[in-house]
Amino acid sequence: MVKKRNQTAGERVFDYLNTFVLLIILAAVLYPLVFVLSASISDPQKVVSGQVWLWPEGLTLRGYEKVFHNGDILRGYINTILYTLAGTALNLLLTVMAAYPLSRRDLYGRGVVTAFFVFTMFFSGGLIPTYLLIKKLGMINTFWAMIIPGAVAVWNIVIMRTFFQQSIPRELEEAAEMDGGSNMTILLRIVLPLSMPILAVMTLFYSVGHWNAFFNALIYLTDRSKYPLQLILREILIQSQMSDMVQVSEESLAKSIMEAESIKYAVVIVANLPIFLLYPFLQRYFVKGITIGALKG
Amino acid sequence: MELCPGLFYGGSRAAICPRIAREVKAVLKPLSPLPSARIRTAKWWESRAAKSFRKYWQLYLLLFPVVVYFVIFHYIPMYGVQIAFKDFIATKGITGSPWVGFKHFERFFHGYYFWRLIKNTLGIGVYELVVGFPFPILLALLLNEVRVKWFKRTVQTVTYAPHFLSTVVLVGMLVIFLSPESGIVNHFLERLGGKPIAFMTEPGWFKTIYVFSGVWQQMGWGSIIYLAALTSIDPQLHEAARVDGAGRLQRIWHINLPGILPTIVILLILSTGSVLAVGFEKVFLMQNSLNMESSDVIATYVYRSGILGAEYSFSSAVGLFNSVVNFILLAVVNTIARKTGETSLW
Repeated sequence: MVKKRNQTAGERVFDYLNTFVLLIILAAVLYPLVFVLSASISDPQKVVSGQVWLWPEGLTLRGYEKVFHNGDILRGYINTILYTLAGTALNLLLTVMAAYPLSRRDLYGRGVVTAFFVFTMFFSGGLIPTYLLIKKLGMINTFWAMIIPGAVAVWNIVIMRTFFQQSIPRELEEAAEMDGGSNMTILLRIVLPLSMPILAVMTLFYSVGHWNAFFNALIYLTDRSKYPLQLILREILIQSQMSDMVQVSEESLAKSIMEAESIKYAVVIVANLPIFLLYPFLQRYFVKGITIGALKG
Repeated sequence: MELCPGLFYGGSRAAICPRIAREVKAVLKPLSPLPSARIRTAKWWESRAAKSFRKYWQLYLLLFPVVVYFVIFHYIPMYGVQIAFKDFIATKGITGSPWVGFKHFERFFHGYYFWRLIKNTLGIGVYELVVGFPFPILLALLLNEVRVKWFKRTVQTVTYAPHFLSTVVLVGMLVIFLSPESGIVNHFLERLGGKPIAFMTEPGWFKTIYVFSGVWQQMGWGSIIYLAALTSIDPQLHEAARVDGAGRLQRIWHINLPGILPTIVILLILSTGSVLAVGFEKVFLMQNSLNMESSDVIATYVYRSGILGAEYSFSSAVGLFNSVVNFILLAVVNTIARKTGETSLW
C-alpha cells in the first residue's frame, strides 16, 4: 500500500471517527466475554453483590474446582467429545463421498443428484415425521441418534464440490487417468491431499456444530448418562433461573444461589475452552470457507 | 457472474443459462440431420449413461450411500408429512392411519393460540430482520476503511468469536447478566438509581433481548461475506473518484455500497424468506412460563404439542403450515427482487 501523506483534514476526521466507532463495537463485544472470565476466577460473593465490573476481585479457583468435581459435567464433557469425534468423522466422510463425484463434470446424472440433495434445503418433513422415523428405526436414546440424523449437510457438499472444481487442476486428474489410476486412487492420492484447506474448514464447521448441539439430544435422548455437555449446561445455566427470578427470599435459598453462581461462570469457560483454543489457528480457514460458499451460490 | 463454462457437462448448467443452451442447440441442429433416428439405433451400452457408468463406477459407488441417506432421513420424513392430514394411530403406522382432511389445520386456525403464535413469530422475525440485518453491513463498511492492519484484524477476531458460542451458553450468559438479584445489568441500573428489572421473565423485554443478543453474537460473522464482496470492488473506481475530489463518505456511499448491493439483496431475500423460520433453539431456551405471552412461536408450539404432548398429527399440520408459508414468502420476495432489480435467487 502506498502511504498517503497528503490527507485532507476531512479524511483525518473520518479516520478518527471510524476508529472510535469500531473501538466502541470492539468493547461492546469483548466486555461480556472478559466479564465472564473475570467472574469465573472471582469470589462469588463479590460477583453476586456486584463488586466485579471488569477485573477479578478476590481471586479464587473454587468455581473450577467444583466444575471438575461435578460428575454430570464430566460425563457430559466426555459424551460431547465422543459425539463430536464420531459425528465429525462421519460428516467428513459423507461430504467427500458426495462432493467428489458431483465435481466431475462428465458424470452422468450429476445434475439430477445435485437437485435431489438441494431440494431438501427448501423442503423437509419437519420435526414430527423425522422424530417418528428415528423412533421407528429404534434409534431413540442411542448413540446413533446423535450422529446419524445430521450425517451430512447439503450446503457443505455444495461448498466442497465447488472447491474441487475450482482448486484442483483438471489436468492433474486427466494425467492420472492416463497413467491408469482409478477414480478412487485419484481421489485419495491427488485430490484429498490438495484439499487440506477445505477439509480444515469442514472440520471446523461440523465439529463446532456437534460441540454446540443440544436439540437432537433434547428430543432423542432420555437417559441422563448419555446427555451431551450442552444439556447439562442448560440445567445449570438456564433452568436454575426460575428459583432465582421468582423472588423467593429465604436464607437457605440465598446460600444455594451463591453456590450455584460460583459454578456458572467457570462452566461457561470450561465448555468453550476447546473451541477458543483452536479458534485463532482456524480463523484464516473459515473466512475462506464462507467466501467459497458465497461466491457461487 | 460465472459464464457457464461447464455447459456440456450436465443439465443444471444449461438450466442456469437458457440463452446459451438455446444457441448451442441451434448450432448443433444442422450437424445431426436425423437426431431421433440416431438415438433409436444407438446401442444402450454406447449411450452416455452407460459410458459414464463404465468410466465412473467407483464414483457412483461412493455416491450411493449418500443418496440412500437422503432417501431415508429426508425423503421418508417428507412422505411422512401426510400424517398432517390423518389421525395418526401408532399401531396402524403412518400409511394405515385414517385420512381426516384438513381437520388439524382447522383446529389450529381456530385454536386459542393461533393469533398469539402468528403475532410472536412474525414479530420476532420482522424485528430481527429490521434491526439485525443492517449491522453486519455497517461493520463491514467501517472495517473496510481501516488502514491499520493489526487493528482491523483485532476487531475481526473479536467480533467473529461470539458466533462460536453455543445457543445454550449465550442464553445462559443472558440469564446471568440480566438476573434481577445478581446480574451485572441490574447492579448497574441500581447504581444509576433505578429499580432492578426482571428482564428474562418480563414479556415486554423478550423480543428486544432476543434481537440484540443476536446482533451481539452474529454481527461480526455476518460481516465476513460483505467484506469479501468489498475486496472485489475495482480500486480504479476509488482512484477515479479521488481524482474527482470525492471524500471518504461519498466514496462509501457511491462506490462501496452499490458494489455490495447484489450481495445485500441476495442475503435480504434469504433472510426475509426465513422471517417465519424463527430459530427454535434460542426462543425455546429463553422461554419460561412467565414470558410465554410474547415468546411462544410456532416452532416451540410444535415441539410442545408434538414431542411433549404426543399429538403427532396436529403438530405436523402446524409445522407444515409454517414451512408452506415460509416458502411462499421466499418465492414472493424473490419475485419482487427479480422484477425490480437484476439480482434474484432464481
